[in-house]
Amino acid sequence: MHLEYFQLIDRIASLDLEGRSIKVEAEVPLTSTIFEGHFPGRPLMPGVLLIEAMAQASGFLLIASMNFERMPFLAAVKDAKMRSFVQPGAKLEIAAKVTHEGSGFAMTIAEITIAGKKTCNASLTFSHVPFPNEEFRRHMATVAKRIGLPQSAGTQD
Amino acid sequence: MSTFDQVANIIAETCDIPRDTITPQSHAIDDLGIDSLDFLDIAFAIDKAFGIKLPLEKWTQEVNDGKATTEQYFVLGNLSARIDELVAAKSA
Repeated sequence: MHLEYFQLIDRIASLDLEGRSIKVEAEVPLTSTIFEGHFPGRPLMPGVLLIEAMAQASGFLLIASMNFERMPFLAAVKDAKMRSFVQPGAKLEIAAKVTHEGSGFAMTIAEITIAGKKTCNASLTFSHVPFPNEEFRRHMATVAKRIGLPQSAGTQD
Repeated sequence: MSTFDQVANIIAETCDIPRDTITPQSHAIDDLGIDSLDFLDIAFAIDKAFGIKLPLEKWTQEVNDGKATTEQYFVLGNLSARIDELVAAKSA
């Protein structure tokens, strides 16, 4: 997890394009400037970043399912629940599944578990558009490749 | 229940708009104040209810290109007619 670059996903554990689901892993860093303020003497992973982690997991699923031709952008968060504190060093397992594919938008459900215990969950809505430029698309493909998105899912370049 | 009534019920429930203020002449954007994000929830509910996929991107493109007006797609009587066409095309 590279908080300073807003890259929250470390590794894709599994991707099922047919079933429109993904499982990823992310480890909260032990140190970060974020923890200096959130909170002094009681470092906690902010809930908004846990939501962002679920959004990024969903996002890679959607990018792959759209063959790296379109970029999803988070548009709505519903029923988000942060069920317990998440501390530095926590190993997150994030699962996401597409629940609806509309015209120019998609919806997912996602959840984070730590050591098998459900810690967070939310329903997410994304609007998606063609990548605005090749640089952006290549960047996302590079990130996807680094975290282990299967080559067959459109990360060849 | 007519297509319009189903659409009106979806809009009333999704956007918390009094059902009796929604008519076939209502423009979803201009009269009911529904924005594009709220319309995604409506599109989702319509897709599910009718087993179709509202071609929002195509419609938006046509409006942006000047090939169609928003009234053709977002006045609810017209939207209901478009839904009926999509349902008919799917079952054809």
